[in-house]
Amino acid sequence: MNLIFYLIAALTVAGSLAAMLLKNTVHCALALTVALAGLALLFLNLDAQFAGFAQIMVYIGAVAILVVFAILLTKGSETPKDGVFSRSWPMGLVIAAAVFAVFGWAVLQSVSWLPQATPAPTVTVEEIGNALMGRYVLPLEIVAVLLTLALIGAVIVALHEKEGAE
Amino acid sequence: MTPLAGYLLVAALVFSIGLAGALTRRNAILVLIGIELMLNAANLNLIAFWRYGPHPELLTGMIFAIFSIAVAAAEAAVGLGLVISIHRHAHTTDLDATNRMKG
Repeated sequence: MNLIFYLIAALTVAGSLAAMLLKNTVHCALALTVALAGLALLFLNLDAQFAGFAQIMVYIGAVAILVVFAILLTKGSETPKDGVFSRSWPMGLVIAAAVFAVFGWAVLQSVSWLPQATPAPTVTVEEIGNALMGRYVLPLEIVAVLLTLALIGAVIVALHEKEGAE
Repeated sequence: MTPLAGYLLVAALVFSIGLAGALTRRNAILVLIGIELMLNAANLNLIAFWRYGPHPELLTGMIFAIFSIAVAAAEAAVGLGLVISIHRHAHTTDLDATNRMKG
């Protein structure tokens, strides 16, 4: 538990709080980018370099851009006049606080069983590639099919249903 | 406090913030952002347990997190496509106003 961890953790939590609390939707998307970058830094801090850089490429490079495009296409950047929170927001807040209380209680109860600091594992990209092509080749193929289907499905869902209807 | 407990607490906090946002925001895109935050918190748990687990050389947790990132990207693409489709039909992304599934 060093200073770097606390700094990155504070950045991540502040980014996610801002993403959920800000009024302007574009600002929320930018705050989401900060939170995702903080999570990528936490991955790097955990010696998971490959996962950290995959997180940066997939989330900051693709998902954040996709979210910004969706916001601009749906005119979501206009702040609604009757507030950004749903009518039933106290119930949602209570549920989320209860979930956090349960998680925090579970973690703090099990602190004495959790392992202490261990030496950093050295994982090369070659080992990850061998694992993906060897032991995990079936999930890799299924993910490939899933990504193709999701791509086609997203295009079909967002496509105009009636050509020339407007 | 062990390092693992710190990571688990951060992940729990980010998950709860995402859950609160997904349950309270009106804009459908913000609900999707909340779901992305929850998925990322779960990934942080997987990586943290991989790092401090007894056999990090087996790569189990990290490979699981990488697959989870891929599935989350697919989910984001389909979800945002659905939001754009809803906006085209109902001319709003306000979830309090979107209360019909058909036309």
